[in-house]
Amino acid sequence: MLLLIPLLPFLGFLVDASFGRRLSKALSGAIACGAMAGSFAVSLVAVWRLVGQPEEAREITTRVFTWITSGDFTAGFTLRLDPLSAVMILIVTGIGLLIHIYSTAYMHEESDAEFARYFSYLNLFAAFMLVLVLGANFLVLFVGWEGVGLCSYLLIGFWYQKKSASDAGKKAFIVNRIGDFGFVLGVLLLFTRFGTIDFQEVARAAADLGPETGFGTISLITLLLFVGATGKSAQIPLYVWLPDAMEGPTPVSALIHAATMVTAGVYMIGRNAVLFSHAPETLTIVAIIGVLTALMAGTIGLVQNDIKRVLAYSTVSQLGYMFLAMGVGAYSAGIFHLYTHAFFKALLFLGSGAVIHALAGEQDLRRMGGLKHDLPITYWTFLIGALAIAGVPGLAGFFSKDEILYRTFASGHVLLWVVGLVTSLLTAIYMFRLVFLAFHGPSRPASAPHAGPSHAVSGTHGAHLHDAPPAMALALVVLAVGSVFAGYAGLPAILGGGNWFEHFLAPSFGVHEAEAAGEHGSEGLLMLVSIAVAAIGIGVAVYFFLKNRAAADRAAASAAGVHRLLENKYYVDEIYDAAIVQPIRIASEDGLWKVVDVRIIDGAVNGVAETVGGSGELIRRLQTGSVRTYAASLLLGVVFILGYYLWR
Amino acid sequence: MVALDHYLVLSGILFSIGTAGVFMRRNLITILLSIEIMLNAVNLTFVAFGRALGSADGQIIVFFVMTVAAAEAAVGLAIVIALFRHHESLNPESFASLKW
Repeated sequence: MLLLIPLLPFLGFLVDASFGRRLSKALSGAIACGAMAGSFAVSLVAVWRLVGQPEEAREITTRVFTWITSGDFTAGFTLRLDPLSAVMILIVTGIGLLIHIYSTAYMHEESDAEFARYFSYLNLFAAFMLVLVLGANFLVLFVGWEGVGLCSYLLIGFWYQKKSASDAGKKAFIVNRIGDFGFVLGVLLLFTRFGTIDFQEVARAAADLGPETGFGTISLITLLLFVGATGKSAQIPLYVWLPDAMEGPTPVSALIHAATMVTAGVYMIGRNAVLFSHAPETLTIVAIIGVLTALMAGTIGLVQNDIKRVLAYSTVSQLGYMFLAMGVGAYSAGIFHLYTHAFFKALLFLGSGAVIHALAGEQDLRRMGGLKHDLPITYWTFLIGALAIAGVPGLAGFFSKDEILYRTFASGHVLLWVVGLVTSLLTAIYMFRLVFLAFHGPSRPASAPHAGPSHAVSGTHGAHLHDAPPAMALALVVLAVGSVFAGYAGLPAILGGGNWFEHFLAPSFGVHEAEAAGEHGSEGLLMLVSIAVAAIGIGVAVYFFLKNRAAADRAAASAAGVHRLLENKYYVDEIYDAAIVQPIRIASEDGLWKVVDVRIIDGAVNGVAETVGGSGELIRRLQTGSVRTYAASLLLGVVFILGYYLWR
Repeated sequence: MVALDHYLVLSGILFSIGTAGVFMRRNLITILLSIEIMLNAVNLTFVAFGRALGSADGQIIVFFVMTVAAAEAAVGLAIVIALFRHHESLNPESFASLKW
């Protein structure tokens, strides 16, 4: 049964990829959505069965076939459902299904063939992600891991005629490849250390060991795995591909940011929680990288003007939170944030997609404004998403983010907690900056030609801004509901909840997280602090971007240097270009191409030919054409041979 | 009584004469004749050994050699005629066009 979950989207991919060219849009879209819906239904049934099992032994394993057998090493194509992967498959198939439905409306202007191509990639993406989260060993996980990398490349570069899109696709692929290199090394090292690649066996073997002191093998293994995670989940230093991934269609961004791809790294660490728990050194690095990424991306997000880029940096920032949670050993809090984030980030992306759709491709925030009245559904759902991500009490993001911050504080990392809090402030500011710039304030001339006196001359161009069509509205509303209520699955004890989510996940992590019983006092206090921070953030945004925009411009002008630094994303792309891309280019061009290839390889081939030709030139002088010479050489030869045998 | 040695010496002399003819004459027909002399020198050796060893093998081989020689002479002369029609010459040095 588990096999059906990734297989259905894969079949959808096969059908759309093979026959999609000849199918109508309605049909190819229906096939893709149907495949996802089927997968979602099977997932629900599977999870239902899982929940029916006793709490400590919740597990369903299916060995599809034995893949590799070599000596005493066997690796099967094995799928395993446990609480962690149950959460993941529900996110992937559920959110994925909504994004599929949304896409049928969003991509409707493409031709039949392009439409089918788009949906085949989308299905393949979901299929690989499901393989990734269901895989019971590193090898199966790696299949999905590489598969989602491939699909992200295909989808980011979907509009491949556009150079920036195909470049962004390549960038995503190459940056991921760097991370994957670390990941593969980590898996190999892990195999030499433990002799197995099955998650459960590794966890069992690691559980017998004490926590590593200093930087030993396990620290190295986990650090290499973390390098892979930084690539997939867009952390420093490999986050650069994610903002550029905005070149793809907007639902793809939603899919990459919410349901698939970027969650892979967080999931992988959660999956190997036992291993990571035994490497405190690595955990510290994970936490620091996570919080730094959160802060850095948050600051960049403050000043970006592309609606999707702001969201992209917010994803990077939120992923930083998840890694912070992983780093302080609060695995279930990290996965909880992943789960709530999937709802509101998908919602925000799809909402921004609805805005872009309504404005016929306009993505620049400076050219939006006043859309509140024209796009009511989009506005209200988007607002819910923004409230959720900003950490307003009662919405999904509040519970998960607060859980992470509280766990960070409880584990004694006060500095990390402070940085996390600052990031939380930034999150509230940039999200509401986005909301106010796009939906409030005066209508900008380029965006809403119908509003105001220019209505009469608007002509064919956007005579009326249409709100999200039904398919898009459906996805938005469902996700908005999710963004409100998803958090209640993990209601902390202090608010009267049992933190059901954490209890459900606990068997998957196999480590007993620090129980924080009896510390409700500090938890309550910290909660109030985060609420205050969110309120301040929203207040700042209200002041600068709603009430007094001139003040925002003045503030930007008074700190022009910082503003420019942020606007150019800390010049990280430029630094990478100068430090890595250009040297490789130069070495390839002047070294590998002009020396190794032209001189050495071509030289060897041509040299052999010239040697043979030259010696032939010499030897052909023997062919005189004179019969007598030939006869003489014959005779001489016979005489020599006979002479040798006679006188030897 | 003529001993084996005498036959072999005569044969050697004939073979040398033939070889010398091949190298020194400038007429293709003479060269062919010289080759015939060489062949017959070898034939003589075969026969002489056959008699000395009391075996018929030598004589049998001689028949083969004579047959081959006859065929060779026929083909050789035909080639000579063809060459002569082409080049109006029987000097082997003038047939050196098949070279680099």
